[in-house]
Amino acid sequence: MSEAVLGRTPLHDVHTALGARMVPFAGYEMPVQYASIIDEHRTVRSAVGLFDLSHMGEIEVRGEEAVAFLRYALVSDPGTLAVGQAQYSMLCDADGGIIDDLITYRLDEGRFWIVCNASNRSAVSDQLSMLLARGDFGAEIEDRSDRTALVAPQGPNAAAMLAELTDLSLDTIANYHSAPGTVAGVECLVARTGYTGEDGFELFCDARRARDLWEAVMAAGERHGLRPCGLGARDTLRLEAGMPLYGNELGRDTNPFEVNLGRVVKLEKGEFIGRAALQAIQQSGPSRKLIGLVMIDNAIPRSGYEVRADKEPVGHITSGTLSPTLGTKIAMAMVPAGMAGLGNEFEVIVRDRPQRAEQVKLPFYRRPRD
Amino acid sequence: MSYPDDLAYSREHEWVRVEGSRATIGITSFAADELGDIVFVELPEVGATLTQFGTFGVVESVKAVSDLYAPVSGAIVEVNDALREAPELLNSDPFGEGWIARLELSESSELDALLDAEAYAAETA
Repeated sequence: MSEAVLGRTPLHDVHTALGARMVPFAGYEMPVQYASIIDEHRTVRSAVGLFDLSHMGEIEVRGEEAVAFLRYALVSDPGTLAVGQAQYSMLCDADGGIIDDLITYRLDEGRFWIVCNASNRSAVSDQLSMLLARGDFGAEIEDRSDRTALVAPQGPNAAAMLAELTDLSLDTIANYHSAPGTVAGVECLVARTGYTGEDGFELFCDARRARDLWEAVMAAGERHGLRPCGLGARDTLRLEAGMPLYGNELGRDTNPFEVNLGRVVKLEKGEFIGRAALQAIQQSGPSRKLIGLVMIDNAIPRSGYEVRADKEPVGHITSGTLSPTLGTKIAMAMVPAGMAGLGNEFEVIVRDRPQRAEQVKLPFYRRPRD
Repeated sequence: MSYPDDLAYSREHEWVRVEGSRATIGITSFAADELGDIVFVELPEVGATLTQFGTFGVVESVKAVSDLYAPVSGAIVEVNDALREAPELLNSDPFGEGWIARLELSESSELDALLDAEAYAAETA
């Protein structure tokens, strides 16, 4: 059996020195936890957690027709973005299947960053290159992933902590916005985005400065209750917040409408890849629907478990866990659209035994806002 | 790491404490640390018969589901009901409050197939 060589982020040695458990993830050796996933999860909900997300893909799209190109390639409309604004979006196939979900940051009139899942970096870059090769748009792409690090302080104390490290006025960076600036002497793109359901930031910097940035944030975070957090907590945090994960809720065989993300698709913007297929799905309504479940019986639902209604198999769990914040056992599941309805009862098959679950509203957790 | 020397250990990271014909079984601190935060335990039923190295229950951490393997054969006479409400006892006190079950040993010679504390420490080093 051959074992693929795993990539390392510029912070690899920092993680091992902190005692992290490293696991293979999307071709990288990544920290899944430092001490306790549950403690790390709670730290993000109550104080601030620090994530290394340097494995993620950053693809720059630039050129006079960069806007027109992205309006054609993506299902959303990046043309509505002001400079400094960001947008959750998807890259779909002609059949409406999801190639990746991503965040598009407008950095300048003709310059965007697409931040995509590490596992889909080449799929995204291949799709964009393929479309550009047709020669219809005056734009080019550059994969900057290998020289870009991403360090993300997330949680209610993130802004107060970060304010000690930068001259940027963080109050002026609203949710889903970004600004270039210096953090602890390191040039960054400071974005108010994340994947935890909390307020927080994503700091993009030159990979060679990642260690300086990480260590400065760790030091400043001490007074704010900061802890380094791994991918284990990131997964339970995003699941509580009802956010889909590519490979679990999203894939080539799913479309935006069945995962409740039809609002991302801007059919009215004109021609774009996947438009005809997505319009047909919107008109007929999706055949399946992603729903939230809370277990009634005492069992933990896991990805891949069968879901039944009236003893008949109808779907599967896409993600499930014990919710550290709520104390309940929660899951997302894909079921026929006609069977979805708040309060409906389903059975999840856990080790050959049916365990009762009730459909609830997504997200499971919404952060308190002032 | 060192382990209590009054216990016997399996390579699947379970321990057994023998008192007369009764045996108490659980998972080792090594196993608990490897699993991370344990959030669910599926216990065997009283009266069930375990076979040495056969599965007899399940522990679930935040990320993973793992089978429990019996270090010895025997009939279950008692299970640790506290684990239903407090599975984290397996992390905080795996050799004490986190015991899993007591059973009536069926074949004490099976203990010869287990490791002592020193051998287990070497195994997990």
